[in-house]
Amino acid sequence: MRPFSYQRATDPDMAVQALSAAAAASKPLTQASAQPLAGGTTLIDLMKLDVMRPTAIIDINPLAQGWSAIEPGSENLRLGALAKMSDVAEHGEILRNYPVIVNSLKLAASAQLRNMATLGGNVMQRTRCSYFRDVSYENCNKRNPGSGCAAMDGVNRMHAVLGISDQCIATYPGDFAQALIALDATVEVTGRSGTRSMPFAELHKAPGNSPEIETTLQPGELISAFLIPGRWPRSVYLKARDRQSYEFALSSAAVALDVQDGTIRDARVALGGVATVPWRAREAEAQLKGQKFDDGLAQRAADAAFADARGRQHNGFKIALGKRVVMRALQQAVMMEI
Amino acid sequence: MTAAAPEPKANMGKPVPRYDAVAKVTGRATYGSDMPLDNPAYAFLVTSAIAKGRINSFDLEDAKRVRGVIDIVTHENAPKLKESKLFSNGGYAGTTIQPLKSADIAHDGEIIAVVIAESYEAAREAANRVKVNYSAVTPSASFDSQGTTKAAAKGQNAQFKEDPKVGDFAKAFDEAEVQLTASYETPTQHHNPMELFSTSCAWMGDTLVIYEPSQYVYGLKNGVAEQLGIDADKVRVVNPYVGGGFGSRGSMTPRTAIIAGIAKRLNRPIKLVPTRDQGFTIATYRAETRHEIKLGASRDGKLVALRHEGAEVSSRADPYCVGGTKTTTRLYACPNVDSLVSIVRADRNTPGFMRSPPEVPYLFALESAMDELAVKLNMDPVELRRINDTTNEPIGGKPYTSRSLMACFDEAAKAFGWAQRSAAPKSMSDGDWLIGYGCAATCYPTQMAPAAARVRLQRDGRTRVEIAGHEIGTGAYTILAQTAAERLGVPLEKVAVFIGDSDLPPGPVAGGSNSTASTCSAVMMVCDQVRQRLFKALMPNESLADKAKETVGMGQTPSTEAARSDRPLDLEKAFDALGAGVVEEYGEWKPEGAPLDSFKAMHSGHARLVGGAAMKDKIAYAFGAEFVEVRVNRFTHEIRAPRLVGAFAAGRIMNPRTARSQLMGGLIWGMSSALLEATEIDERTARYVNDNFADYLVPVNADVPGVEVILLSEQDDHINPAGAKGLGELANVGTNAAICNAIYHATGQRIRKLPVRLENIEV
Ligand SMILES: Cc1cc2nc3c(=O)[nH]c(=O)nc-3n(C[C@H](O)[C@H](O)[C@H](O)COP(=O)(O)OP(=O)(O)OC[C@H]3O[C@@H](n4cnc5c(N)ncnc54)[C@H](O)[C@@H]3O)c2cc1C
Ligand code: SF4
Repeated sequence: MRPFSYQRATDPDMAVQALSAAAAASKPLTQASAQPLAGGTTLIDLMKLDVMRPTAIIDINPLAQGWSAIEPGSENLRLGALAKMSDVAEHGEILRNYPVIVNSLKLAASAQLRNMATLGGNVMQRTRCSYFRDVSYENCNKRNPGSGCAAMDGVNRMHAVLGISDQCIATYPGDFAQALIALDATVEVTGRSGTRSMPFAELHKAPGNSPEIETTLQPGELISAFLIPGRWPRSVYLKARDRQSYEFALSSAAVALDVQDGTIRDARVALGGVATVPWRAREAEAQLKGQKFDDGLAQRAADAAFADARGRQHNGFKIALGKRVVMRALQQAVMMEI
Repeated sequence: MTAAAPEPKANMGKPVPRYDAVAKVTGRATYGSDMPLDNPAYAFLVTSAIAKGRINSFDLEDAKRVRGVIDIVTHENAPKLKESKLFSNGGYAGTTIQPLKSADIAHDGEIIAVVIAESYEAAREAANRVKVNYSAVTPSASFDSQGTTKAAAKGQNAQFKEDPKVGDFAKAFDEAEVQLTASYETPTQHHNPMELFSTSCAWMGDTLVIYEPSQYVYGLKNGVAEQLGIDADKVRVVNPYVGGGFGSRGSMTPRTAIIAGIAKRLNRPIKLVPTRDQGFTIATYRAETRHEIKLGASRDGKLVALRHEGAEVSSRADPYCVGGTKTTTRLYACPNVDSLVSIVRADRNTPGFMRSPPEVPYLFALESAMDELAVKLNMDPVELRRINDTTNEPIGGKPYTSRSLMACFDEAAKAFGWAQRSAAPKSMSDGDWLIGYGCAATCYPTQMAPAAARVRLQRDGRTRVEIAGHEIGTGAYTILAQTAAERLGVPLEKVAVFIGDSDLPPGPVAGGSNSTASTCSAVMMVCDQVRQRLFKALMPNESLADKAKETVGMGQTPSTEAARSDRPLDLEKAFDALGAGVVEEYGEWKPEGAPLDSFKAMHSGHARLVGGAAMKDKIAYAFGAEFVEVRVNRFTHEIRAPRLVGAFAAGRIMNPRTARSQLMGGLIWGMSSALLEATEIDERTARYVNDNFADYLVPVNADVPGVEVILLSEQDDHINPAGAKGLGELANVGTNAAICNAIYHATGQRIRKLPVRLENIEV
């Protein structure tokens, strides 16, 4: 870790000012000299590992008053970016109407981490690629643009099979983002010129030729809230992992269905643990919509979801695993008693 | 009595709570890096980013500019240290690769610089800013890499003396009615004790005090003295608590003498707390192993031929190996046995002891093969063990001092509900989960080493026990206090125990599960000396040694009439007769069959373990049986082990509470080893990749909802005065095979490579 200054942002403007002043056009935002601090469970780790080296920390926790509300409305659900993972996962209304959100949060990290971590920080968490997190490896395009990718032919069991590029195959590790992207959430962003909204699906950027650029946030912009339209009582988050708790997904599926009289009216499928960014499986959804559910249909949807998947030496299993996870999540969603 | 404090059965002590329980749960127990130092400087290590090659140059400009940096020590300006030989070669070192000696690099993460600064933070920041220019050479990472060399262990490792053999294996195997040949693999694993590999060194004039988690304070003291070229009496190692050892702190690592040398030069105490990932390369680990097992049996299940061939990875520099064939060739009755252990040298740091070093990998292979054989024979695997149970080991025909293997199988089977198992694979399930039951034998050699102790008894019953033993989390304080209280007949609360300090009488290495047997035997002996002094004062004309012997042990009924009339020993009267307020005795105990140089070696910090298969006319092991329920998810293939049940017999159980904790921890460790733990090596660079607690998985509570430990009553009068067999390394041995055997039962799939992960399951 390197020395840094610490500043508490008492209002959003102050945070936005400080952050935009520190951003340099030549550098990705993650390498800007000032970084916002929420729960700190990703940021401080990466600073200790010398992966992130901000010289200024802008603590946005004082904004919690305005930015941590949990507001279930009749039209949509609004979640403040500074709401804690644990508070959202235990909220009665969300338990009833958004099981996929609850479980994506509950099955993540540990109780201690969920008490610290915020929703905004959660969606912004960075990859767990071991080569990215260990600066003694020079070859990491994400950390050190243009240096190559140590994981490509290295130990890559945890890496992505979807949304990969020749430059980077790092998995987007979070769980909650799959629920957001499946439910067509909107993200509300506060920046220099006020507040703007965009589909959550547009927040993250696949690695392509510049894996160092992870989101479409502009200098100084902060996530202030998430909006989730509609209600999704028939929804599931299924997560396969090496141990029973406190572990990232090898493969996960966020599934939300609207089933009426045995016919799937609307279907949402998102995948975790297998892709470089929060991953919406629209091809799978297309298979499902308007159909009557059976195991064959679930299989076709799962196949469609992974049609473009490419494995490397150690992560090829994620394709077959991911399909089974999608199938089972669909079956569980269909079987839910509502 | 509760589950945590089991009711003592025959030949068991009381389940008293831990002596150090309150200190530990309130954070008052002081570990090495908690020790206050006067104006310390802080060290941070820089370790190599290549596994083989040379350092061309350092660029230290940026690092030196960090405020608070005092010095950056590299091979160019490091204190000169003498070499220490490998422990197995009569030295103290766990590796002969000595960092900071030259520009050469022998393994990933070798120490290449030590930054010294006014604060930990400054040292760390400067270390981050050190730039190194390397010439890297392509390294050999492991078994399948180019450039490794393979040779028999015998002849290169002084402690591996013989590949056990008996009869005519080849012929018997050829002629066997049923044959099995199978290959198994175990991965690289790291101990990852909670306490990091810290070292603090403080000089006072020409005397050095080292605070460091060590499983062998006498070894470390003597080893560091040797490397510094000073008298061992000038070095003191102190560690009242060790935050887990598991073998990683049994022999000296290079860091200690380096830090001591720098502290001397700087004339200031230095505190080093390395990082978790540095712990993967600056200490030792369990190397990966490969095995081929051949079993030949008659139709009715009697083994007629057994061959175990093992291969293990070690460093280029050192021929470390665990050679578990000494156990696997002797576990079952079999007239024709053959074995071979080889060492494969790669560009790695030197491996070392890790909890049950030989038994974990070698019994995984044998106990998996036994299960495969049971399947071939269409036989209950418990019955196969019963048929091949033996009172004498087959290689030399020596009798086991006691052996409760089948009693353990029967007790554990009953508690587990083995009878409810439907034998066919894939025949049990519950919703999304396939269920499998599996079992395996477990065993661990009973070992002892010379130990000395000092015991002081005051008139008011207050007692002080001193021995340079180690509290590595096992309960050493507690059972030593119990032993002295019982032997002297004083209340437990009056006994104070002092361990973890090389200024105390020498104790053995806390390794090979010998500590309880050795330190308790020594303390018993010295307590008897104290009693003899008191008896002599009371009854100067009697043959006192015998009386003291007969009357010791408050829990025991005196055996003779004379002894009975002596009880209870009236302390007040005895002290009056003695005319003193305190009796203090020192004594040195050594186990039967200890080598002649035992006591000398004890003082100079050389471990002299005896026991197990190496005894002259007998063989001593602790045994157990482990049963597990495994669940495999049909859809995700996730593997969970909701029930682990083990029954164990280990001679006298000094304290059922601490014994249960050790065994429970062992079962969990074994499950972890079977399903989670593996250090991933980057084949191209021979570097450890998942060297942190987020990626190197160990179980969380949710992974081990049901762990049951059954302690069997066993009396063994042929091992040591304490009658105790080591059990700290007993429980984690069988679990690996038991889990794989259960996975076979759940899925019909035999997995011969650890750890088993969901991608290995094809249902
Ligand atoms: C051991 C461990 C296990 C874990 N397991 C899981 C798991 O299984 N599943 C899972 O999903 N997650 C897991 N996590 C990740 C954890 O959920 C995230 O670290 C956490 O959600 C991040 O939230 P935070 O508030 O602490 O973020 P911080 O660490 O404060 O911030 C994270 C990043 O986002 C930026 N940031 C923070 N808030 C905002 C904002 N409002 N707008 C813009 N940028 C912002 C920060 O600058 C930083 O770069 C695990 C973490 C650990 C350490
Ligand atoms: S996968 Fe991406 S993050 Fe990992 S080493 Fe390659 S470039 Fe870096």
